[in-house]
Amino acid sequence: MNRDLSPRTKLVLYGVLLVLAIPFVFPTWWMVTSSLKPIADIFSFPPQLLPTSPKLDAYQRVFELQPFGQQYLNSLYIALVVTVGTLAVAALSGYAFARIRFRGQNVLFLVILAGLLIPSEVTIVPLFQMFFKLGLVDTHWPLILVPILGAPSVLATFIMRQFFISLPGELEEAARVDGLGRFATFSKIALPLSRPALGAVAIFTFLHSWNLYLEPIVFLSSPEKFTLPQALTQFVDAYGGPMWNVQLAAASMTALPVLVVFVIAQKQFVEGLAHTGLKG
Amino acid sequence: MSQTDTTVGGVEAPPTRDRSRPYWTSRRRDQLTGYLFIAPQLLGSLVFVILPLILVVWYSLHEWNVLAGTFEFVGTENYANLADDTNLGSVLRATGLFSVGLVVFNLGLALLLAVLLNQKLRGTIVFRTLFFSPVVVSLVAWTIVWGFLLQDNGGVNGLLDTVGVDGPNWLRGEGTAMFSVVVVQVFKNVGLNMVLFLAALQGVPAELYEAAEVDGASRLRQFWRITVPMISPTILLTSIITVVGSLQVFAQIAVLTQGGPGTSTTVLVYYLYQQAFQFHHFGYGATLSIVLFVIVLALTVLQWQMRKRWVHHES
Repeated sequence: MNRDLSPRTKLVLYGVLLVLAIPFVFPTWWMVTSSLKPIADIFSFPPQLLPTSPKLDAYQRVFELQPFGQQYLNSLYIALVVTVGTLAVAALSGYAFARIRFRGQNVLFLVILAGLLIPSEVTIVPLFQMFFKLGLVDTHWPLILVPILGAPSVLATFIMRQFFISLPGELEEAARVDGLGRFATFSKIALPLSRPALGAVAIFTFLHSWNLYLEPIVFLSSPEKFTLPQALTQFVDAYGGPMWNVQLAAASMTALPVLVVFVIAQKQFVEGLAHTGLKG
Repeated sequence: MSQTDTTVGGVEAPPTRDRSRPYWTSRRRDQLTGYLFIAPQLLGSLVFVILPLILVVWYSLHEWNVLAGTFEFVGTENYANLADDTNLGSVLRATGLFSVGLVVFNLGLALLLAVLLNQKLRGTIVFRTLFFSPVVVSLVAWTIVWGFLLQDNGGVNGLLDTVGVDGPNWLRGEGTAMFSVVVVQVFKNVGLNMVLFLAALQGVPAELYEAAEVDGASRLRQFWRITVPMISPTILLTSIITVVGSLQVFAQIAVLTQGGPGTSTTVLVYYLYQQAFQFHHFGYGATLSIVLFVIVLALTVLQWQMRKRWVHHES
């Protein structure tokens, strides 16, 4: 498919790509610009692509109506802890399954792989009961422990295992002959070499945690413990109707940090995920 | 494996352990390290995956009312209730519609975008970034914006108006609500599949196309005869990911339609959530969880079976 194209074909292709790009770009544009408009202008006709007199009122309201700063911190620290925890758990077990021979290895790997077949939605009722009995409902523990140790980290373990299998073994063997123990071999030789895989796992783990919605609304009930996705849907007026400019301001604040990081590091982002998907 | 422990240079070691050799041989130490390395993930899987799966079966045999504090064994009553549940038919139908719609639109658009971006064209990296960007936008934020755009007097109908088309009330119409939810989800995540397809397309050897060109095969014919078979493992992978993902859809429904109008967008996970966590029917919620599990399992097995038929080459 990689043949040279005539200038006319190129022009047509650019046109097609531009039109196709609209539904991918327009919503984010509309979200940010509408959040700066006064409520009366939001539904004005014809639609304003740019706010005539941008105002930050809606952004101020976000913090007045809810403990939004706290909720932002909640999402941020939960996603970071889950990412670091998942990397540690998945790298260790992925390495062991790829590089160490021990009895019962295949059976134990299958036990863990079962997590790939069982969506977390299937186990949400018993998980709720378990955490309820432990008195951990309306705490962040379920949102931290389950992703790090449960089904969501199984994919990470699988990806790390595939990556460690593909690493040439000579370096490690040399290190072992020189008297390095298993853990030192793992942490000093294998782990530094696995940076691409760790990066990809970190990206999708962070995004997964950042986007989690069912689990927070099942486990959390106090607004100051809410995570961002859950908080976003709470900006409603006295009649239960959404306060659009406030919701969109909050949504913009939620969407932008990850988007900015992505634009800066998009090559690593996209290639990391492509790499991961192929290996998985 | 322990057999090799007692064999040194092909000579059988004496049956009693040689006391002069330390118990912690490097092999034994290695085994222990292996177990220690997998311990967190193994314990996690047992406690947070296997145990809940057993419990969900157990709960499905009980009537559990949290508000009344009752928990009694009812046998297969919950399963009998499945058959009597007048909502279940439309829930399964909505779930199936969503999955089919998502897979068709998602894979179709992903493949189209990947083929377009695989042409010799400047600036494809910019377009790749644009198409991929919704993947990193927070899911609920993305859904809220679309909810805003799809209102009767929202941005989509505003744009349609400027070209003289009177758009429907997308999220409130029986016919358009499901379509809208699918489309919102496709634009959110199609970038992922697109990237996977792009990686696969770049792995197709150029000589194949050159040979086909010499033979005078048309572009369309080349696409069906070379491209599709060569990237079929990726098509299988993306379809499994997309189908299983489609069964888990929840936030989009909760934010956009709350399952409505009627039950036209009440998919299985949303219904499960309503039954268990809104109506506090945990026993019935557990039964619905098992329905979900059986469907996921059946589809995954089916797709693996189909692999032999249409996956051309396995890498």
